[in-house]
Amino acid sequence: MKALRNVIDKIKPNFQKGAKFGMFHSTFDAFETFLFVPNKVTSKGSHIRDFVDMKRTMTVVITALIPTLLFGMWNVGYQHSLMIGESWTLWQNFWFGFLKVLPLLIVSYGVGLGIEFAFAQSRGHEVNEGFLVTGILIPLIMPVGVPLWMVAIATAFSVIIGKEVFGGTGMNVFNPALLARAFLFFAYPSHMSGDNVWVAGLAHGAKAVDGFSGATPLSNAASYHIDSIPSTYDMFMGYIPGSIGETSKLAILIGAAILLITGIGSWRIMLSVVIGGLSAGFLFNILSVNPYMDVPAWQHLIMGGFAFGAVFMATDPVTAAQTNKGKWIFGFLVGFMALLVRVLNPAYPEGMMLSILLMNAFAPLIDHYVVQANIKKRLKRAQKVAQQ
Amino acid sequence: MPKVYKIRKGLNIPLKGEAEKVFTRTEQAEAYAIKPIDFPGITPKLSVLEGDRVLTGSPLFYDKHHPEVLFTSPVSGTVELIRRGEQRRILEVIVTPDKDQEFVDFGAADPKTLTREQVIEKMLKSGVWPTIRQRPYGIIAGIKDVPKAIHISAFDTAPLAPDMDFSVKDEVEAFQLGIDALSRLTHGVIHLNVNAEYLPNNVFSKAKGVKVNKFTGPHPAGNVGIQIHHIEPINKGDIVWTVNPLDVIIIGRLFKKGQYDATKVIALAGSEVLKPRYYIIKTGASIHNIVKGNLTQPSENLRFISGNVLIGKKISENGFFGFYDNMVTVIPEGNHYEFLGWVSPGFNKYSASRTFMSKFFPRKAYKLHTNLNGGERAYVISGQYEKVLPMDIYPVHLIKAILTNDIDKMEQLGIYEVVEEDFALCEYVCTSKIEVQEIIRKGIETVIKELG
Repeated sequence: MKALRNVIDKIKPNFQKGAKFGMFHSTFDAFETFLFVPNKVTSKGSHIRDFVDMKRTMTVVITALIPTLLFGMWNVGYQHSLMIGESWTLWQNFWFGFLKVLPLLIVSYGVGLGIEFAFAQSRGHEVNEGFLVTGILIPLIMPVGVPLWMVAIATAFSVIIGKEVFGGTGMNVFNPALLARAFLFFAYPSHMSGDNVWVAGLAHGAKAVDGFSGATPLSNAASYHIDSIPSTYDMFMGYIPGSIGETSKLAILIGAAILLITGIGSWRIMLSVVIGGLSAGFLFNILSVNPYMDVPAWQHLIMGGFAFGAVFMATDPVTAAQTNKGKWIFGFLVGFMALLVRVLNPAYPEGMMLSILLMNAFAPLIDHYVVQANIKKRLKRAQKVAQQ
Repeated sequence: MPKVYKIRKGLNIPLKGEAEKVFTRTEQAEAYAIKPIDFPGITPKLSVLEGDRVLTGSPLFYDKHHPEVLFTSPVSGTVELIRRGEQRRILEVIVTPDKDQEFVDFGAADPKTLTREQVIEKMLKSGVWPTIRQRPYGIIAGIKDVPKAIHISAFDTAPLAPDMDFSVKDEVEAFQLGIDALSRLTHGVIHLNVNAEYLPNNVFSKAKGVKVNKFTGPHPAGNVGIQIHHIEPINKGDIVWTVNPLDVIIIGRLFKKGQYDATKVIALAGSEVLKPRYYIIKTGASIHNIVKGNLTQPSENLRFISGNVLIGKKISENGFFGFYDNMVTVIPEGNHYEFLGWVSPGFNKYSASRTFMSKFFPRKAYKLHTNLNGGERAYVISGQYEKVLPMDIYPVHLIKAILTNDIDKMEQLGIYEVVEEDFALCEYVCTSKIEVQEIIRKGIETVIKELG
C-alpha cells in the first residue's frame, strides 16, 4: 500500500486550497480518507480517541442492510416468475432482480453523492458519510417498477430540500430516504401505490397468469379481503409483493441483530415502535368495527413496511428524538400512528412512512419537553436549597 | 457508616503500561517551571526578571486581577528563562535549582490556633493557595468567598492513574494538618470521597474532621466534579472548593515546617515507558530525568503528557510537570496513515462502541496512540455521551447552548456543575470527533465574562 500512498502524497498538493485543482479539495479528501485513515493526531483535549468514526458507523448500517437488499433482489425475480407462471431457479430469480435493482442503486448513489460532493465543496467541508446509507435505503423502499428518472428527482429533492438547505447531514429534520419516497408518493401516486407497481413488469401490461394479483397484504387488508392476506410464514419470509427491501422480516431481523449487537441502532426506539404498534393493534382488535380492525395486532408487525421502518428508518439518530426518554415517546408514537394511518385512513394503505415523517417533525418538540423537565428539576433543587 | 454512591455510567479505558508500585528517587531535576497555562482564568504578571535569584517559596508571578494570589518557585535557584508565546503571552517561568536548597520561612503553626485570615494569608504568601480550586468554573478559589463545603477525591479512576493510597501512604501527619487548615476555611463539611471497592489506607481512614463518602464505579467516578454532583449538586450561587490529596499534603507541610515543600509522589506510566513506576518529584520539575533511558522508542514518535491521557497537557520530553497533575503518561504518536482502516476488523482496536472485534475478543490492555481516527463531522449519533457521563445533565444540549452562546440556556442546563474534565470521556467516545473539552471551557469562560 506504500506505492498507493506515495501516489496520493504526490498528487495531493494539486488539490490543496488555492492550487490548480483546489476546487476539488473536498472530493479529493473524500477519496483519500476512504482509502487511508488520515494521519491527523489530537492537538487539544483528550490525547486518545475512540477508533469509531462516521465511516465505521455507516459501514455497520450498510452491512445491516445487505441481507434485505440481497433478498429484495431475489424476491423481485421470484414475484416476476410467479406472475408469468414459470418456475425459476434461485439464480434466475436473483439475476433478474439484480438487473432490476442495480440501476436504481446506481441512480440513487450517483445523484445523491454528486449533490453531496458539490455542497461539501462549496462549503469547504469534508464530505459526510450519511448519504452512503440513504443511497441504499432509497431503492429499498421503492416499488420495483418505479422509473429511474423519478428516483433521480426524488433523490435530488430529498438531498437538497431535505438535507442541504438545513446545513447537511446531522442538521436535517426529516429522514432523507423517506422524504424521497414521500415526494414520489404524492407527486406520482400512480407509480407508488395500487396493485400493479409491486411486481416487475406488471404495470407495463405484461401478461399475468390467472389468479395472480400483485396486491400487497396491506392492500388486501385495506380492501377487507382478509382471506387474501398471505400466510404468516410467507409474510415473515418475504415471499410477497412489496417495496424491494421491506418484504422479508427475516432479513430485517438479521439487520436488526447487527444494529443492536454493535449498538449503532437504538434498541429503545426499535422496542418502543413495536410496543406502539401492538398497542394500537390491540385497541383496534377490541373495537373491532370492521374486518381490518380484526387483523391480529402482531400480524401488523410483519405486514408492509412496519418492520423495515422500525429497524432502519425510525432509528435514524439525526431525525429521531435525541434524548433517551424522548426516544421511548418517539418510538411509541411512530408505531401507534403507523397503525392509525393504516387502519383508519383508506387512502393510504401504508402508514409507516407518514407516521415516521410526522414524528420526525415532532421529535425536537419531544426532546424540548424532556430537556425542559431537566431544567425544571434543576430550578426546583435550587429553590429547595434556598428555602432552607 | 459512610454513604456509598454507585456510579453506573462511565468507561475504564484499558491502557497498557500501568505503574508498578515501587518508589523511585531521582536526582534533582535540571530545571523547574511554573506554567500560567495550568491556571485557567488568570492573567499572569511577573514578579521576577531573568537572572533573578529566588528561594523556594519566592513569588515568580501573580494574577493581575487578584494580586494577592502568588505563584511561587518550587525550588531555590536562578530564574533562567521566561518563555513567551504569541503576543508575548507568558508560557513558562523556568528556574534552575541551586545545589543546596533554601526556603523562605513562612513560620510553622498549628492551623487550629490561627484565625481564618491568618491561614489564608499564609497560604497566599507561600503559593499554596492556587491548589484550592472552586466550583463552579474550576478556577482558583476566590479569597473573599466562604465555600459551602470542600471536596477531596481520594482516588483517581482515570486511565493508568496512580493509586492515591500508595502515593500518600507516608504522609499521615501532613495530610491531617492540611485538613485542619482547610477546615478553617469553611463553615461547612470537608468531604473526603474514597473508593468503596477497597479499604482506604491510614492517611484517609484515620483523617479527622472530614465526612467520608464512598464511591464505586468506572471512570469518572473518581472525578471530584462527579462526586459533588452526586453528594450535593451545585446550584446557581453555590461555591464549593476542591483540593487534590497530594496538594492537601503540601498545605499540611506548610503548617508543619513553615516551608513551601511541593514534593509529590507521581506515577510515570504508559505503553512506551520501559519501567513504569512511581517517582518522587517536585511540582514543576522537568520530566527529562525520569524519562531519560526509560523509553521504548525514540522520543520523536512519542507523546509526553503531564497528567492522564484524557485531560493531561502535551509537553516535550524536556517539558515540565504540571501544577495539578499526579502523573506523566507516555504513549505513541499516531501520525501515520492506515489503509482502509475504518473497515478493518480491529482485534487490537479498543473502542467503547461495539463496532470492532476487540469488543468480542477483549484483551487485558491496549496500546493506544494519538491518532484522531477519523474526521470531524456534525453530530449524527445520539445517546453516546450519556453513556459515559454519570450526571443528570443533557451533554449535547449543553454543548449546543455553548456553541450558540446562549448563556441562559447554559445556566439552565447545568454549566455550573461541570468542568471540562467531566466531559473528557464524551470527547474520547465521540464518533463525530468534536472537541468537547474545549467547548466546555469556552462556555465557562463566557459565563465568567458575562456574569462575573
